[in-house]
Amino acid sequence: MTIQETQDEIINDFSLLDGDMEMTVFYIMELGQKLPAMPEADKTEENVVKGCQSKVWLTAKMQDDKLYFTADSNTAITKGLVSLLIRIFNEQTPDAILHADLFFMHKIGMERFIGTQRSNGFAAMIKQMKLYALAFKTKMEVKS
Amino acid sequence: MVSSSTLAKALDVEKIRREFPIFDQQVNGRDLVYFDNAATSQKPNVVINALIDYYKGYNANIHRGIHTLAEKATKAYEATRHTAQKFIGAKSEQEIIFTRGVTESINLVASAYGRAFIKEGDEIIISGLEHHSNIVPWQFVCEEKKAKLNVIPVSDQGELDIEAFKKLLSSKTKIVSVNHASNSLGTINPVKEIIRLAHEVGAVVLIDGAQAGAHLEIDVQELNCDFYCLSAHKMYGPTGTGLLYGKKELLEKMPPYQGGGEMISNVTFEKTTYNDLPYKFEAGTPNIGDVIAFKYAMDFIQELGKKNIAAHEHELLVYATEKVSALKSVKLIGTAKDKVGVLSFAVEGIHHFDIGQMLDARGIAVRTGHHCTQPLMEQYCIEGTVRASFAVYNTKKEIDQLVEGLDRVINFMK
Repeated sequence: MTIQETQDEIINDFSLLDGDMEMTVFYIMELGQKLPAMPEADKTEENVVKGCQSKVWLTAKMQDDKLYFTADSNTAITKGLVSLLIRIFNEQTPDAILHADLFFMHKIGMERFIGTQRSNGFAAMIKQMKLYALAFKTKMEVKS
Repeated sequence: MVSSSTLAKALDVEKIRREFPIFDQQVNGRDLVYFDNAATSQKPNVVINALIDYYKGYNANIHRGIHTLAEKATKAYEATRHTAQKFIGAKSEQEIIFTRGVTESINLVASAYGRAFIKEGDEIIISGLEHHSNIVPWQFVCEEKKAKLNVIPVSDQGELDIEAFKKLLSSKTKIVSVNHASNSLGTINPVKEIIRLAHEVGAVVLIDGAQAGAHLEIDVQELNCDFYCLSAHKMYGPTGTGLLYGKKELLEKMPPYQGGGEMISNVTFEKTTYNDLPYKFEAGTPNIGDVIAFKYAMDFIQELGKKNIAAHEHELLVYATEKVSALKSVKLIGTAKDKVGVLSFAVEGIHHFDIGQMLDARGIAVRTGHHCTQPLMEQYCIEGTVRASFAVYNTKKEIDQLVEGLDRVINFMK
């Protein structure tokens, strides 16, 4: 599935919530609960995403030229939010991630249910994921 | 004697609520439940109208103008000073200085009094319950003057250890600065005793009244404090204004805090002489509109009666404490015997941010985090709490809504 297709799927999922704030928050937390567990050993200071009010750990690995992220957070809602990004970016190439336009955020009305603080944190997560993509892309180019 | 529940019944809360237009709205599809009053209270029509009337009808710079509008604005501004004097029981209006609020009031004293009277080796005492606003300004003074900052320890219940305080006091103690009530835990501190003990060693005492202004009786002469600070916005008044009370003889001894207009008597390039109290400490054009409206907030409180308000909020606190502590996995933080209407708690295994956001989704506003009291949170080994703080317009029905919301999020997460 492409980044665009996954986003369309997310937009469709959220539309079923009909704008109900409580349902939306529960749904986001549920998504977080489904996120595969991150090994405790990866929850290091080094893997903490800077700029988030909550604590978010993020790591990435490359397999067959595609990126795979794992993450965790000390707050359930943030974990749910990062799970959305993982769903969009996993199994994508560094180039696709670097050029991704994340239109789903606006379409699902994210600004309605995350405040200014969390918006900044969310932007920091995206930035960190793109930085991973850039790092792996550079590594690939050096190899070839 | 009239019982507190009779006093609480003396208030018609539904009628009071109608005076607050902010409640005429829904948040996330539900009626707004506002439990973030320790951060800032909502504003009644009288306060909002006072602001509108000033800007529409007589906006002018005060004190030096000779035209009609300036005269009207000056009178209204000084009327607030008169009301404030009565409100806290000060001896004279000269003892009331308008500031931006408690933070600026404390900074004023720390800077002006500290600069003039603190020497190397002196000691300043604060408490473990203080807001960062009552910690950091004293750290500035201590750093600059090589003085020492001592801290009154806090018990597990959230009460100050007065025996330990007595041991900290000595002839080196020059300033004691504590809050009247804790913003994080709600603890009402025994300020009268603290003031008496501090005076025995010759120290001056500042009381941070941020959490007392709208909730507790304040009589600065009876307390015999040297300084007392209030923020209007936590007392149904506008943001950006508040006051510093200081005993006249102390204020007279203190050098000015900021230089500018209003605070001068005469300026030449060689020498400036300062204006009399209270203007010596009110440099520049003050926050005229908000100060004018502050009077209406104090009048609003006085009309309802502090005793009635305190009784009503106490009833809410008792009810909320019982209901919230009965929920599974909830741990109350701060269980002092005397408290204002602040209920702070943690839920085991659920981050306070998640609870805050879940409650917000149900239209309930609470505060989550360290409440600007990081050292206190460290003592409890927590990052922060969920804090519900009550005001005169809150009801038991709203507490039921809070409990229902909490129950839902706890059940979902567990």
